[in-house]
Amino acid sequence: MFKKTLMAMALGGTLAAGVQAGEVEVLHWWTSGGEARAISVLKEMVEDEGHTWIDFAVAGGGGENAYTVLRSRAVSGNPPAAAQIKGLEIQEWGDLGFLADLDPVAEANDWDGKLPTIVADYMKHDGEYVATPVNVHRVNWMWANPAVFERAGVEIPTTLPELWAAADKLKAAGVTPIAHGGQAWQDATTFESMVLAVGGADFFEDVFVDMDQTALQSATMIEALRQFKRVSNYIDQGAPGRDWNVATGMVIRGEAAMQFMGDWAKGEFTAAGLEPGSDYVCAPFPGTEDAFTFNIDSLAMFKQPNPANTEAQMAMAALVLSDEFQQTFNLNKGSIPVRTDMDMSAFDSCAVEAMDTFKRTAVEGGLVPSMAHGMSTTSSIQGAIFDTVTEFFNSRSMTAEQAATQMARAVRAAQ
Amino acid sequence: MSVTSKKGLDYWLPKLVVSPTVAIAIVFIYGFIIWTSVISLTGSTILPRYDFVGFEQYVKLFQNPRWLSSLWNLLVFGVLFIGVCMVVGLILAVLLDQQIRAEGALRTIYLYPMALSFIVTGTVWKWLLNPTVGIERFVHNLGWESFQFDWIVNPDMAIYTVVIAGVWQSSGFVMAIFLAGLRGIDTSIIKAAQLDGASLFSVYTRIIIPSMRPVFFSAFIMLAHLAIKSFDLIVALTGGGPGNATDVPAIFMYQFSFQRGRLGIGAASAVIMLMTVLAILVPYLYSELRKPKDA
Repeated sequence: MFKKTLMAMALGGTLAAGVQAGEVEVLHWWTSGGEARAISVLKEMVEDEGHTWIDFAVAGGGGENAYTVLRSRAVSGNPPAAAQIKGLEIQEWGDLGFLADLDPVAEANDWDGKLPTIVADYMKHDGEYVATPVNVHRVNWMWANPAVFERAGVEIPTTLPELWAAADKLKAAGVTPIAHGGQAWQDATTFESMVLAVGGADFFEDVFVDMDQTALQSATMIEALRQFKRVSNYIDQGAPGRDWNVATGMVIRGEAAMQFMGDWAKGEFTAAGLEPGSDYVCAPFPGTEDAFTFNIDSLAMFKQPNPANTEAQMAMAALVLSDEFQQTFNLNKGSIPVRTDMDMSAFDSCAVEAMDTFKRTAVEGGLVPSMAHGMSTTSSIQGAIFDTVTEFFNSRSMTAEQAATQMARAVRAAQ
Repeated sequence: MSVTSKKGLDYWLPKLVVSPTVAIAIVFIYGFIIWTSVISLTGSTILPRYDFVGFEQYVKLFQNPRWLSSLWNLLVFGVLFIGVCMVVGLILAVLLDQQIRAEGALRTIYLYPMALSFIVTGTVWKWLLNPTVGIERFVHNLGWESFQFDWIVNPDMAIYTVVIAGVWQSSGFVMAIFLAGLRGIDTSIIKAAQLDGASLFSVYTRIIIPSMRPVFFSAFIMLAHLAIKSFDLIVALTGGGPGNATDVPAIFMYQFSFQRGRLGIGAASAVIMLMTVLAILVPYLYSELRKPKDA
């Protein structure tokens, strides 16, 4: 050990120049317990290759703060090597000419062969890889506390009519049927699952991917809005402004029966020491068992002025898709690997089910990008939908027809 | 020669000392106001762009129902916040002005909320007002089961909870301004009025309060700009919700500029906010600046 250190000290300067050790600065907002553990794996792997990792973590769940920092850094000509950007934002940054070409790394590591096409498409700008995917989240999950259902004498629902019947019984039994956090993105997360349940995957794509004006105002949409509004009868008074993990806590403690949330909620159950299947149940949002709403986290790579840093950046890009990183990161994060050829034996039953559905829907159809998590639209259209959805959910007078018209108009204005 | 150079230094030194401040103010205040106005006329999205589109962003802004409701919320909040703060502040100041004991301690107690940031005020009131953990729960536990105080989760009433928290924070400060004003009034006028047999009430309503016009004005200006730029209080208290029920222009500006990548429309909303402030400030400055001529 001592010898090694001495060697390193003596050769430090020359060695560094020899292997072109560079710096990678990574802007991300994986700051909560499990997330921080997950990203530190990548840090160690990058440092093992002799490069320097500069951690640029900006707290704030949805990354709004981080984006503001990123923008000012990019404008001043000093962007970090990689930033946690996802969905169509990658295209926007690509259009502005900030992103680095990762094709050499992608070809050397056969990314095209390892990644499902739908995932790979998000990572490419003009046919070139500019970002690396790190994980896939399934958004259309329902998290349930089976003990609470048992006490009320109802089954965990698998269809919408069953959901409302169960919710009525749970309410009568004196528990809050649905744990909800009344923030715009959480309202939208529940809403998009409802659209999927009512209209199916094709309708989902018509409204949230193609932004079809007739579909946005169709009877199916009005019905989806109506069903979505029913959720508000089964949430408690404290919901407005509540954070999602506080809502998950209600399910964990048995104060509420279920929560509609993506699989990051699993981290809360795991942290509470609960086992999937027995202590808590992960089930698809009622009526969406043949669909998979995906949310892919990714790291977009920015052009670097210094060649040594570019080398470090490329090394990191390759590491992100390695077996080791994909496994450790996703075990900690609660998500599933982006590569479908991974061994899933280390993962829990929820992750295994998610992976099976992911593979199945990728072939049979039903794999759709999440609107609420910025995969299907630009942030400006997403924001317009959020405004209407959250206003409708909280309003006491707005009708579903008015909401559909207003949403269609807001989407058009934001395009 | 030597005399003129000495005079030159005396003449130039003050200007030299002040010039960095002036330069910084010109660039970072007026420069950025101009830059924001320019951006508001472009089609900028996630980064500034200079493709001029005229007043399109303003048209879009005023077609956005969320902007209109945020303006309405600002009006409701502004009028109530300024009004209630002034009334409460004035009453507190008049009561404190009665030569009571321990005035210093009381003044500190009333003024103290001002020492907290709006984020703290918002968070504390958020918990107090939350029906499942706060006042409503407390009263229920006391045994009054039918008691209801759920304004913060009621979209029609939520904006008033913002007023409550804002008044709690700022009325002590208004009191301090008014108290200073009351103390600045010439006591001989009051004594003369009292000799003439005026009651304490009419001394206040007829003499003291009318002579405090400038104090009212400065309190109004300070409260008005607090109201227009209100952001942190609402973010901490309600996050703009439930729904968009407590949305205000400052939150709108922040979200559109920095979260939704619509810099142009965000800049347009910022310009509108600036104009609102100017609409209040300009008449004030005008009346203040022409006073010396009248005198």
